[in-house]
Amino acid sequence: MDHPNTIEAEKLVREFKKGPRAVDGIDLHVDAGEIYGFLGPNGAGKSTTVLMLTTLLPPTAGAARVGGYDVVREGPQVRANIGAALQEAALDPLLTGREHLRLQAALQALPREERGPRAAELLDRVGLTEAADRKVRGYSGGMKRRLDLAMALVHRPRILFLDEPTTGLDVQSRTALWDEVGRLAREDGVTVFLTTQYLEEADVLADRVGIIDHGRIVAEGTPDALKAEIGRPTVEVIPLGEDGRGPVAAVLERFGTLVPSSRGIAVRLEGGEAGLAEVVRALDAAGVHVAQLELHSPSLDDVFLAKTGRSLEGHGAE
Amino acid sequence: MRTTVDQVALLARRSVLRTWRNPAATIFPLVFPMLLLAVNSGGLRAETHLPGFPTKSFVAFALAVPFIQGALFATMNAGTDLARDIESGFMSRLSLTPLRGAALLAGQLGGVIALGLVQACFYLAVGFVVGVRPAAGVGGVAVLLVFAALIALAFGSLGATIAIRTGSTESVQSLFPVFFVFLFISSMNIPRNLISTRWFRDAATANPVSYLLECVRSLIITGWNGEALGLGFGILAVIGVAGLSSAAAALPRRLAR
Amino acid sequence: MRNLSVARAVAWRTLHNVFTNPGLVIPQLAFPLFFFTAFAGGLSHIHDVRGFAYPEGYTAFQFVFVLLQSAAFGGVFTGFGIARDFETGFARRLLLAAPHRTGIVSGYALAALCRWLVTAAFLTCVAFAVGMKVGGHGVDLPALYLLAALVNAAAILWACGVAMRLRSMQAGPIMQMPVFLVLFFAPVYVPLGLLTGWIHAVALVNPLTRVLEAGRGFVAGSPTEVAAAYGAAAGLAVLFSLWAVRGLRKAEAAG
Repeated sequence: MDHPNTIEAEKLVREFKKGPRAVDGIDLHVDAGEIYGFLGPNGAGKSTTVLMLTTLLPPTAGAARVGGYDVVREGPQVRANIGAALQEAALDPLLTGREHLRLQAALQALPREERGPRAAELLDRVGLTEAADRKVRGYSGGMKRRLDLAMALVHRPRILFLDEPTTGLDVQSRTALWDEVGRLAREDGVTVFLTTQYLEEADVLADRVGIIDHGRIVAEGTPDALKAEIGRPTVEVIPLGEDGRGPVAAVLERFGTLVPSSRGIAVRLEGGEAGLAEVVRALDAAGVHVAQLELHSPSLDDVFLAKTGRSLEGHGAE
Repeated sequence: MRTTVDQVALLARRSVLRTWRNPAATIFPLVFPMLLLAVNSGGLRAETHLPGFPTKSFVAFALAVPFIQGALFATMNAGTDLARDIESGFMSRLSLTPLRGAALLAGQLGGVIALGLVQACFYLAVGFVVGVRPAAGVGGVAVLLVFAALIALAFGSLGATIAIRTGSTESVQSLFPVFFVFLFISSMNIPRNLISTRWFRDAATANPVSYLLECVRSLIITGWNGEALGLGFGILAVIGVAGLSSAAAALPRRLAR
Repeated sequence: MRNLSVARAVAWRTLHNVFTNPGLVIPQLAFPLFFFTAFAGGLSHIHDVRGFAYPEGYTAFQFVFVLLQSAAFGGVFTGFGIARDFETGFARRLLLAAPHRTGIVSGYALAALCRWLVTAAFLTCVAFAVGMKVGGHGVDLPALYLLAALVNAAAILWACGVAMRLRSMQAGPIMQMPVFLVLFFAPVYVPLGLLTGWIHAVALVNPLTRVLEAGRGFVAGSPTEVAAAYGAAAGLAVLFSLWAVRGLRKAEAAG
């Protein structure tokens, strides 16, 4: 295929006047139909990367190809093949939802007779049919985000960029948006490049994750591989009585190194998660009574912590 | 008493500073009326050839206009600042303090008067540079400055009333076209007796802005004219009393504690 | 073809906003009418000044100025909308959606023209209703409107260039002030021959003077300096189209 639905970047750089390098030589490869989560804290360079890949900001150095087209030299072809929902859902408060979609369809040169049906189809898909003819100034934050997503899909793009699509949304709206993004990738084969500050979002949605910090990609891989890379899961056991601590520790020692635990006794499993069943059987065989047993997997925050020395939790939006 | 004076002085200072630190709000009221003066005095100089035109210098005739435009800026400044305070919640914060409502209004209008005086001095200085010498002499200049201060007070209180009642900068801004119409349908560019279109002459005669213009104009081009001064100051007094009393009446509701 | 689609979409959206929002449509109609009233009504006595020879009367004399003024300010007001689009981020959406971005500039220009045509029609109806006399024949009035349309194009392209460079509503006075000066440093109230002193010198080199004098010639049925007027208006439109496209490139580079 001449123009695959891929995203590629090589040593991509963006410098701003009198400022640091917002993006400092990143390399990227996102496969067709893949959901790629771009994770990082405030000011890490996520949005700047998206702006460059969507042709809204020229790179200072390096190269990028989106859908097989160069973002600098072939901007019109890139724009024809991508959809994007940027951080601020910049909508016109005086237009209705339906009018926004028709406008977007016209901008993308969809044939006139297709615009109405396509708008109706997308409004239905994002659950805005009832609000379609109301002016956008009366929409909630979640409705605006959903309309923004619908607008990004008007021309059936092969590649979709979503810049922090769920920031500020309630749990219900967030889950609905995740479902829709997942469906687009699975059923329509759309490649999705998603920036997020939510670890859970990257974990649930992304096939692969890139972690960016200070303009550089510090880790990349599937969420499971990234977590596995930095450590084994931990099993924490709380015995039924104080006198159970010794026997529990004796059993757990057989499966790995004991690690500190404030509530009970914990061990890092040398054999990975598969060792959990063995632990349970061994405790049972030793006749130890257990009040509680928990398996702790490493989180993406642990990955971030390991790679940058800082925690990602608690950072605001970029 | 001393506390109230301090409060008024502080709020007046704040009013002046916030205008001073916004270059658009400072420069525009100085430059725009001078540009209009230049344009009109150049383009309408031929008017001085009309029989009955009161002076040979159109600049002297037109110098009254910036003073009345000053009223427009006073209204906008006072109103916009107060409305912004309401929109931003600053007024709510003030209402939690023991500040007297009258001090708030006096402080805001004090700042507007100070700026009105700066503008008036600037207009007079520009007029002086291009050769305009007020016919009423130094005493006339002093009366002009008093008049400018009263214009700022009277029209500023109108702007403040709208701001306090609506709490919206947009509502204050919407006054601009209204004042604009009053200014243009007046004797701004030509003496009333030389307006040949009858309905326009009648409208200009009924328009109080004409008398404010003629009051300033009399001091600049004819000297001491009791009738023009009486009408000008009288109309200003009516506007001022109406503006101040309505602003004072609206304020307690806005500052409801 | 895609460029045309973008231009039409941008124009539709701008016009939709203007004509469904009384706060935008009323000033657009009221201000030119007000200036026409204030100038033609209030200053008509100037027609009696010795040397003022304009056979169609002061109403027609001022109609031409107000028509050109409405064309120029119609362009500038559309420029305010462009600045607002950049400030709110909506322009980024247009930049992202439009495969060929020059279509965005064309769209705004098309909207400014359509917007002004409504004002021009309204103003013309009012002028005829109050008894404006026209001495020209069939082709003269359309020639005046074509001239004004070129002024409209020059003004919107100027404003567009400013808006795309500054990308903020703060750009408003910068768009407005030069247009105001060019308009009023022309022979607004009296013919060029009656201006004296510095204003005469400025008016002589002001390109709008040629346009204004030619426009008044069209209404009087005795066009003068037509080539110079069209040359000046078209020249400004071409110059500012380059200015606007370079502004677009700057906006693209800024992200």
